[in-house]
Amino acid sequence: MLRLTGLTKRYDRGDAALSGVDLLVPDGEVVALIGPSGAGKSTLIRCTNRLVEPTSGRVELDGEDITALSAAGLRTARRRMGMIFQEFALIERLTVMENVLSGRLGYVGFWASWWRRFPPADIQQAFHFLDRVGLAGFENKRADALSGGQRQRVGIARALMQSPSLLLVDEPTASLDPRTSRQIMRLILELCGERKLAAIINIHDVALARQFAHRIIGLRKGQLVFDGKPDALTPDALTAIYGAEDWSTLPDDDQDG
Amino acid sequence: MTIRMAEYPAAWRKPPLISAAWLRWGIGVLAAIYLAAAIGSIEINWARLAVGLPRGWRFLSSFFTPDFFSHGDEIIAGLTESLAMTVTSTALGILLAIPLGLGAARNLAPRPIYLFCRAVIASSRTLQELIVAIFFVKMFGFGPLAGMLTLTFASLGFIAKLLAERIEAVEVGPLNAIRSTGASWLQWVNYAIQPQVMPRLVGLSLYRLDINFRESAVLGIVGAGGIGATLNTALGRYEYSTAAAILLSIILIVLTAEYTSGLIRERLR
Ligand SMILES: Nc1ncnc2c1ncn2[C@@H]1O[C@H](COP(=O)(O)OP(=O)(O)OP(=O)(O)O)[C@@H](O)[C@H]1O
Ligand SMILES: [Mg+2]
Repeated sequence: MLRLTGLTKRYDRGDAALSGVDLLVPDGEVVALIGPSGAGKSTLIRCTNRLVEPTSGRVELDGEDITALSAAGLRTARRRMGMIFQEFALIERLTVMENVLSGRLGYVGFWASWWRRFPPADIQQAFHFLDRVGLAGFENKRADALSGGQRQRVGIARALMQSPSLLLVDEPTASLDPRTSRQIMRLILELCGERKLAAIINIHDVALARQFAHRIIGLRKGQLVFDGKPDALTPDALTAIYGAEDWSTLPDDDQDG
Repeated sequence: MTIRMAEYPAAWRKPPLISAAWLRWGIGVLAAIYLAAAIGSIEINWARLAVGLPRGWRFLSSFFTPDFFSHGDEIIAGLTESLAMTVTSTALGILLAIPLGLGAARNLAPRPIYLFCRAVIASSRTLQELIVAIFFVKMFGFGPLAGMLTLTFASLGFIAKLLAERIEAVEVGPLNAIRSTGASWLQWVNYAIQPQVMPRLVGLSLYRLDINFRESAVLGIVGAGGIGATLNTALGRYEYSTAAAILLSIILIVLTAEYTSGLIRERLR
């Protein structure tokens, strides 16, 4: 369970990118985070695992105050927060297997990771996840030899290797075609369901958010302006989040793509 | 509505870098005057040239009659010494340049460490090899140890600077991704940075190996050992054919090194 209390971020120059966000995400719930460019969506995600240091406010994961942790404590806590990126953020010159196993770095010692000698259980786990995301047999391919959709699957497997209780997902489909986007969203949703993971997914595609998420929150200028079920995302709500626009062209019940 | 093209200007010029015309022309004229004066200030001693030209010609023509054998053992000893100097100094240089390069990368190192590493690199790069070699010869006496230390010191600055620049240009995606797995700092460097900079590090090291071998031929002149010492002796005795043999050997070795390093770089994409 993730709880944000009064989370605020002010970058060195400029206004608050995030001001006083309160949010509770129970286990197993997938939340889509929507909002215009610059609203602070990425900032919210990065403040949660402190890739970006919040200016004030609290982040609690399963009751532990992440914001109060020392550097070593933070490393341990980060293991429980898997992250998935828009540009996949794989290490291109390494093999798919090394990329997947890198999800275990928080658990193994330096020399074991240096020699790529991961515990047998980790290796089995890695093969299992590769199979699960549909990449069985790809372990020895280099990451830069994969297509976008395949890369994102590796990114998902890497995040799962951390045995996370929370997934932080920053625009997972923005670099993918519409069909692959749907497949990736479906995969993330299934995995969250299987493993009772909470997830926050930043997404620009409102139709996709509606179709897949359990709950939608809207951010505007660093503030939460919408929080509700996908059905509650009316044209008025969209106007509150994005500003006035003709929303009638938005397919409001796109069942499957 | 009809578009009347004639209302738009038909001429356009790229704005000049320096907008004030007098300044633009002034700088050009001053530069030309200085260049003319500088050329005039270099004196040419025609009498000395008359003596020197045939001597230079004799040196050049001896390349067609290189003598590998009269001092063959000295040449081999010199080359072996140079190779040993080259290999050890390059290896040591790389070993020291890796931590130095990490410390000199702005995106990794805290400010004080960054400044310290940059200062070490700057000193290594400003001090010319010959000056450093003279210093080490004074300290450790004649011989290849002084040459080896000189080349190590030079390699370290060279590799560290270019490595640091490569590290500063790494993609941030993988950095964030590995950081968010809970990896330690060393694991982070090993997984997120090393794979990205490895081709550059290998390329730089091979290139430096090449430079170090050529430098070792010069350092001998100030007494820092290697094939340079052999070359210096041969030139001192006016044995131009032996000198030519030495230079040809150096060229051959450099070309071989060039070719093999090309092959290695090709494999490491
Ligand atoms: N590293 C940074 N330094 C300074 N300002 C930043 C930094 N990162 C983001 N910002 C600012 O913070 C605000 C929120 O940015 P953020 O990246 O969180 O928006 P976003 O909602 O993710 O936008 P997008 O949909 O375009 O990804 C923006 O005004 C941005 O300019
Ligand atoms: Mg963003």
